[in-house]
Amino acid sequence: MTRPPGKPPVRHAPFQVERQSFRRRRLIDAACALPLLGWVLWWLPLLWRGADAPVPASLVLVYIFGIWLGLALAAARLVRLLGRARNVSPLPEGEDP
Amino acid sequence: MSILNLLAAISIAYVALLFGVAFFAERAAQSGRVRWLRAPIVYTLSLSIYCTAWTFYGAVGSAARNGFEYLTIYLGPSLVMLGWWWILRKLVRIGRNQRITSVADLISSRYGKSNLLGIGVTILAVIGTTPYIALQLQSVTLSVEVFSEPVPIEEAGNSLTAFWVAAGLAVFTVIFGTRNLDANERHHGVVMAIAVEAVVKLTALVALGVFVVWGLSGGVAATLARIDASELGTWQVNNGRWAGIMLLSAAAFLCLPRMFQVLVVENDNDAQLRMAAWAFPLYLMAMSLFIVPIAVTGLDLLPEGANPDLFVLTLPLSQGQEGLALLAFLGGFSSATSMVIVAAIALSTMVSNHIVMPVWLRLREGTASVSGDVRNVVLLSRRLSIAGVLLLGYLYYALSGGRTELAAIGLIAFTGVAQVLPALMGGIFWRGATRVGALAGLTAGFSIWLYTLYLPSFGPGTVLPASWLADGPLGLTLLRPEALFGISFDDKLLHAVFWSLLLNTLAFVGGSLFSAASPLERLQGAQFVSARAAGTGPRSWLQSTAESEDLMVMTQRILGSDEAQALFLREARAQGLEGELPAPTPEFLQVLERELAGSVGAATAHAMVGQITGGAMVSVEDLMAVADETAQMMEYSARLEAQSLELSRTAAQLRRANDKLTRLSVQKDAFLSQISHELRTPMSSIRAFSEILRDTQGLTRADQNRYASIIHDEAMRLTRLLDDLLDLSVLENGQVNLNLTDGRLEDILDRAVSAALADEAGSGIRVIRRRVGEQVRLTTDVERLSQVFINLISNARKYCDAAEPELRISVTEARGQLLVDFIDNGSGVAPEAQDVIFEKFARVSDQKAGGAGLGLAISRQIVTRLGGDISYLPDRGGAAFRVSLPVRQAMAAQ
Repeated sequence: MTRPPGKPPVRHAPFQVERQSFRRRRLIDAACALPLLGWVLWWLPLLWRGADAPVPASLVLVYIFGIWLGLALAAARLVRLLGRARNVSPLPEGEDP
Repeated sequence: MSILNLLAAISIAYVALLFGVAFFAERAAQSGRVRWLRAPIVYTLSLSIYCTAWTFYGAVGSAARNGFEYLTIYLGPSLVMLGWWWILRKLVRIGRNQRITSVADLISSRYGKSNLLGIGVTILAVIGTTPYIALQLQSVTLSVEVFSEPVPIEEAGNSLTAFWVAAGLAVFTVIFGTRNLDANERHHGVVMAIAVEAVVKLTALVALGVFVVWGLSGGVAATLARIDASELGTWQVNNGRWAGIMLLSAAAFLCLPRMFQVLVVENDNDAQLRMAAWAFPLYLMAMSLFIVPIAVTGLDLLPEGANPDLFVLTLPLSQGQEGLALLAFLGGFSSATSMVIVAAIALSTMVSNHIVMPVWLRLREGTASVSGDVRNVVLLSRRLSIAGVLLLGYLYYALSGGRTELAAIGLIAFTGVAQVLPALMGGIFWRGATRVGALAGLTAGFSIWLYTLYLPSFGPGTVLPASWLADGPLGLTLLRPEALFGISFDDKLLHAVFWSLLLNTLAFVGGSLFSAASPLERLQGAQFVSARAAGTGPRSWLQSTAESEDLMVMTQRILGSDEAQALFLREARAQGLEGELPAPTPEFLQVLERELAGSVGAATAHAMVGQITGGAMVSVEDLMAVADETAQMMEYSARLEAQSLELSRTAAQLRRANDKLTRLSVQKDAFLSQISHELRTPMSSIRAFSEILRDTQGLTRADQNRYASIIHDEAMRLTRLLDDLLDLSVLENGQVNLNLTDGRLEDILDRAVSAALADEAGSGIRVIRRRVGEQVRLTTDVERLSQVFINLISNARKYCDAAEPELRISVTEARGQLLVDFIDNGSGVAPEAQDVIFEKFARVSDQKAGGAGLGLAISRQIVTRLGGDISYLPDRGGAAFRVSLPVRQAMAAQ
């Protein structure tokens, strides 16, 4: 069997590995950014001084707990994706499992 | 009173259940079923000891008093868990790799195993935790009182409930907290028990919340409306406290001894942390979700002046829900007991490792101690420490009267332990942090905390004089405990947190910048800051087969297979296992280590065995010891190598000398036999003819003449031989003085030719010369050089066997050498003889034996002295000799 001329053999591996490690790096960045995001969002209510009417407590309660739930779920998702990325790709330098 | 008995029965039954769980978990751990004990969910649940009775009861109280501020206490730790990749991952790895046993141990190890720092952190932890334990005892007592008839307030502190709770917890903790002395300080039983408690308290609080929201308020929307309508209805929060307490609780989450125990010490692998990263924030959220509804409903339904700290119990009781109230009581009881148990374990580890053991070892210094000995002492000191810590908590409770608001005590303790934070974070992220810095920071933070928050909390006039609180010490208003430098923040807690952490950090950074680290400190710093994972979690000794095999393989490599097999067989027999590998019991490991130590050194053996059985990383001290041993061995082997090299060099020299001596002896023998032969021949003819002359009568005149001239000839020959020998020996010894003069090569050759052919004029050989080439000036010993030429020419005359003998003498110059060739037309020297013709007494044949065979040997010596060379040229038709002389002695004639 001869290969049609001009078509080099398909070489997936290096490209994929690179993409996986890039992806993993982005996931790590996201994991690092998550607490900062939570911090900012949870400090945001400090600026809520209702101009005309005071902010109702129930709204703040829903806001804070909503963020709480969202952050926890996001963290769970990130942990899962990180686990998957770790299983397929070699580690980026300087990082450990 | 029956309700109290019921409570007691329930509590005892509950504690019995915990005993059962802990016992079962320990048994499972021992028989190797550790998978589920190390499940991430168990780890996550065990973290719930963050939520103590303070949370369980106090959060509602705090919400009722201060609104939403209580949330910050959970938001801070949630952020820490969500940011696990930043701090916890590293902390947990360091904890595993360095076999860290407590927060004091971490600080002490990081800063060069400084025991002073260990003691400091331990004292800080004890002082910070004691009120906290008192708080738990108090909450249990209060909760019991809720069910009984109200007890007069003054008697509360004297309640026996607190004492029995403390005693019971001490027993539980001693039994499960000091069961085994594991190097990793893991307590499977305790962790399992507190995981169960975590479920109990969450269930209790959620059940109550569901009852409040759906049972009392009529659904989510109605509850939200009720909240908005209550006195908590508008969003009002002190910005400073919101931000400050969030940071404070995040810091305390990392530094609290009990949190460090479950977060770091009990951690076994990264998977646990990965799950806790999202599951624990969820747990905290669930724990705090119903706090506000409960508080609001309690404020609504309960009479004015009811203690909001006890709404969790009084609310269901007031609604006739006794069962729910009992569940809530159990939840609170769980919260209190789990916190006390873990805190007692953590503190006892610190107290025993950093205070009791160093003191004991110092007292025992000089006396030989057995390892089993130390083990018992450690266990005893742990047990006593646990009892001591609980006793302290009880005393604090009994003395303080147990009437302070729960949340206030909790935050004071938080601020105290948060003082460890700068040293902790600096220790794992900043290599430049030093012991001096850590000590300065801790001292500064600790003393400011004591002065501004802890001591004033006892009330004016108790510890600090009231005048100090009002006007500052000695009237210095700038140093007022609650308004340092005139800044009060309008809040004691914020004031203390700000100044203590600020000055702590400044002292830490400053101290680190202006001090130098010891080598051990630097090594530890590097290890902590650049901590890498040691692969999976530590392997347990429970995987016994695999380990025994590993040990066997390693031992074979070191001891050799026969000895290793014999050792393992012996040990297996000692353990009662026939035909199997021995189990890696501590006794066996000790024996093995000792055996290996004989071969590789104690530290190396320990590290190797530890690597296989403990799976833990080798610490810097181990490595330094290993390096020492290795260096010693290398030095020793290098010395051996140098010695053996020298020996073999000497041996080679001796061999060469011996060879030379043998050769010289052979030469000497040959020379002697040659010389005696050479001397003997003329001597015998001289003797024979002189005897004829003496003894024979009537010899004719002619005969007499003939005989006398034969004697004369032979005597001449002897003389020549002796002259030659003398000449040769002088030349060989280098004693000859060269008489360097100028001369032309042509003249030297002329003289040589006429001298060589003089005695047999006319007859013999025809000499062919090319005089053009001979016009060369030489600075040389003319006499000696012509002696060489004479010898060569007379050799040609003697040995040339051609019918018409011819000798061709040609002179050429090549490569800075003057070449004088003597080539005759005879048959030449036989190839096998060409090697030896320059040796002494070498004669090609006896056919025309005219000389002693010294001529060429002498010639070579002379030419060598003159800086040249003489050689035989093979394949030139006849005998061909080449004399080469250096050109510096030759100069073309002007």
